Amino acid sequence: MLIRWSAAAAAAMMLSSPVLLQGASAADKPTDPQIAHIAYTAGVIDINAAKQAQKKAKSKDVKAFAKDMLRDHEAVNKQALALVKKLNVTPEDNETSKALSKQAADKMAELDKLDGAAFDKAYVANEVAYHKAVNGALETQLIPSASNAELKSLLQTGLKIFQGHQQHAEHVAAELK
Amino acid sequence: MPGRLASIALAAVLLSMVVPARAATIEITMDNLVIAPPEVSAKIGDTITWVNRDFFAHTATARNGDFDVMLPPKKSATSVLKKAGTIEYYCRYHPNMKATLKIEP
Ligand SMILES: [Cu+2]
Repeated sequence: MLIRWSAAAAAAMMLSSPVLLQGASAADKPTDPQIAHIAYTAGVIDINAAKQAQKKAKSKDVKAFAKDMLRDHEAVNKQALALVKKLNVTPEDNETSKALSKQAADKMAELDKLDGAAFDKAYVANEVAYHKAVNGALETQLIPSASNAELKSLLQTGLKIFQGHQQHAEHVAAELK
Repeated sequence: MPGRLASIALAAVLLSMVVPARAATIEITMDNLVIAPPEVSAKIGDTITWVNRDFFAHTATARNGDFDVMLPPKKSATSVLKKAGTIEYYCRYHPNMKATLKIEP
């Protein structure tokens, strides 16, 4: 199955997290209901991570970053829900969504054991890696696979916002050192 | 006498020309994470209408602290320009969104 992937997709996948890699290869070409589910799940994961950070983070910059994540991801997910309703599409659970949720739950448990500066560092590092992985999946898998034009456009807007998040996270990570 | 009347009339005309043109309203939009137009020239007294077409929040925040306008999703806001200067501003939530506002006296 991997052979059918383009070189660009394969290169991007090597940079992605193991879960998105596994999940992506498990589903050959996701359908729109699956794409909607994956995108929504990815948003929920970052919302939950931000909520955890709001409780545990020490640094002012990290707190502000978490607030930004919460605001944007909630807005995107709200828009995604409105769109699936309009299109009469029922988001469909799938292996990628399941793998993403599992990895996120493990990460949250891991971060929960940390406090203060150690938490801040680990949370921001994970945000960098997570946005990188999600952006890679959006660019190489989800956006090219989406068949509905409105869904594709929403994913493209999401990618643009999340690329900004990745830069923001990288900036915060650099400041923490 | 008619001469004097005429000069009063002339003075009135001249005066009305000296009084500055009515303040303008200039629209600046934020759409799909882009501020347009990226450069705007305005005058003191003009009104900026900030229009957020996106479904997420933005801000128009001056780097020098002159203004910080909150723009909720799909909402607009207005600012009346009171101080001259060339102001670089950006969105605090999406710092890649940057633009310039030139305010002439
Ligand atoms: Cu913004």
